[in-house]
Amino acid sequence: MAKALNLPLEQANRDEVAKNLALAFRLAPLFLEFPLHDEAEPAPVFDAFEPQP
Amino acid sequence: MTDWTRQPAHAIAQAIRSGATSASAVTEAHLAAIAARNADLGAYTDITAARARAKAAAIDASRARGEALPALAGVPFAVKNLFDVAGLATRAGSKINRNHPPATADSPLITKLEAAGAVLLGALNMGEYAYDFTGRNAHDGPSRNPHDRARMTGGSSGGSGAAAAGGLAAITLGSDTNGSIRVPASLCGLFGLKPTYGSLSRARSFPFVASLDHLGPLARSVLDLALAFDAMSGPDADDPVCRKDQPTPVLPQVAKGLSGLRVGVADGYFRRMGTPEAFEAVDRVARHLGATRPVTLAEAHRARAAAFIITMIEGGALHIDRLRTNAGDFDLEVRDRLFAGAMLPGQLYVQAQKFRRWFQRETLKLFEDVDAFLAPATPSTAPLVDQVTFNLDGQELPVRANLGIFTQPISFIGLPVVAVPLRATNGLPIGVQVIAAPGREDVALRIAASLEADGITHSSVGRG
Repeated sequence: MAKALNLPLEQANRDEVAKNLALAFRLAPLFLEFPLHDEAEPAPVFDAFEPQP
Repeated sequence: MTDWTRQPAHAIAQAIRSGATSASAVTEAHLAAIAARNADLGAYTDITAARARAKAAAIDASRARGEALPALAGVPFAVKNLFDVAGLATRAGSKINRNHPPATADSPLITKLEAAGAVLLGALNMGEYAYDFTGRNAHDGPSRNPHDRARMTGGSSGGSGAAAAGGLAAITLGSDTNGSIRVPASLCGLFGLKPTYGSLSRARSFPFVASLDHLGPLARSVLDLALAFDAMSGPDADDPVCRKDQPTPVLPQVAKGLSGLRVGVADGYFRRMGTPEAFEAVDRVARHLGATRPVTLAEAHRARAAAFIITMIEGGALHIDRLRTNAGDFDLEVRDRLFAGAMLPGQLYVQAQKFRRWFQRETLKLFEDVDAFLAPATPSTAPLVDQVTFNLDGQELPVRANLGIFTQPISFIGLPVVAVPLRATNGLPIGVQVIAAPGREDVALRIAASLEADGITHSSVGRG
C-alpha cells in the first residue's frame, strides 16, 4: 500500500506503522458492525446547529 | 503592590479602565514574567513584544484622551502557534512549516480580540500538527505544567495551558479536535471553552481534522471565557462551517445562576477507564449542583472509535504530500500515525461519518430531559512529562492516545463544553466537563460561573 501511494515507508518504521494500523482495525469494527441503513447519510460538512434527520 | 500576572482578564481590564494601572504596565509585567519563566515552562515559541508594546501604548493613549475602552482593553493574550500571526511562520508545532513564508494577515480571532482591546504577546508551543494529548513537542521541547514542572500540560494546546496557568498571559487560544483545549485545561487547572462546532471562525488557522476542528479560549475565570467568546463570535464567510448568524452574547447570561437548569451526570462509558480522582471530581460538582439524574450516551465507545478513525484518515490525507517529501522532518510518533492514516481504506471513513449522524441524533434527545450534563475531562491528573503509560481500570495504556478518552465522544458531535478546574485529592488540578446542547455555551458558562462563585471550582497561577 505504501508503495502504491508513493509513501517513503522505511523498514525501520514499519513496525510502528503496523501497530497503528492494527489499532485502527481493532477499533473500526466498533462502528462498522453497528447496524445502519444503506441510506444513512455521512457528514461531509458537519453542522452541529442543524442536524439532518 | 498588585501582581498583574496573577489577575484574571476581567480584573486587569477593570483596573486599566479605572486608572489603577496602565496597559503598558500590565504588558511589561507579563513580558518580564515570560523572560523569567518561559525557559522553564516551554510555553511561548514566538514573543511579539514590539507589537504588544505598541498596542498597549495605543490603549493608554486612548484612555488619556478620555475615550471609552473596550471590554478587554489591555488584557494580555497569546495564541497556539497554528493561528496565523502576521509576520510569523505558522509552524503548527512542526519543523516543516517553520520554513513557510510568514503569514501576511492575522487569524480573524486575533483581529477580533485586538478590536476588543486585548494585547497579543506571542505564539505558543503545541504538539506537532495538533496530533497530541500530552504537550510534548519533538522540535521545541515539552510545555511543562506550572503546578508541577515535572508533569505534562496535556495537549495539543500545551503552551496555551502553560502560559495561562503560569501567569504568562491572562487568556490563551487553543484548538480542540478531540480534546486539545479541555485536556490541558484539566491538567493545568484552567477554565477552557470548546464552543459548538462552527461557533468560532477557523479561518487562517492551520487545520488538523477539518470536520472536527474547533478553536476556543482558556483562562483563569469563567467571566474571561465569556468575554473572549463574545469578542470572537460571529459569522465568517472564510470558514465554510462557521455559523451564518450573529449569536446572542453570553456575557449577560453568565451571572444568572442555576435557576431553572436541569443538570445530569454522564454514566456508563464515562464512569469507566478513569482514576478515582477523575470520578471524585465529577461527584463533588454533582453533589454541589444537586445533579443526580443519570445521562447515558448510547454507544459512546463507538463514537470514540469513529472519531479516532476520522482523525487518522483526515490527518493522513492532509499531510500525505509532506509525508512523501519530508518524512524525516516529522516527530516520529506523529509521522507513524499519519502514515497509517494515509493507508486506511475509505470505507472506514464513510462509515465513521455515517455513525456520527446517528450518534448526534441519539445524543441530542438527551437534552429533552437535561440542559447540561457532567463528565470527567481527563481520566487522571497530569502524568509526568515523559510518562508513556498509565493504569486505567487495571489496564496499562498509552497516555498519549488515552488522555482524551472522555473528550473525544463529545467533540465528535460538536457539543459546547466548559472544562472547570478542581483540586484533586492528590493535590493536582483536574477538570470536569460541563456539556450543553449545540449553541448553548451560555448554559455551560452559567453552570461554571455558579460553581466558581460558590468556590467549588477555582483557577490560580501555578509557580511549581
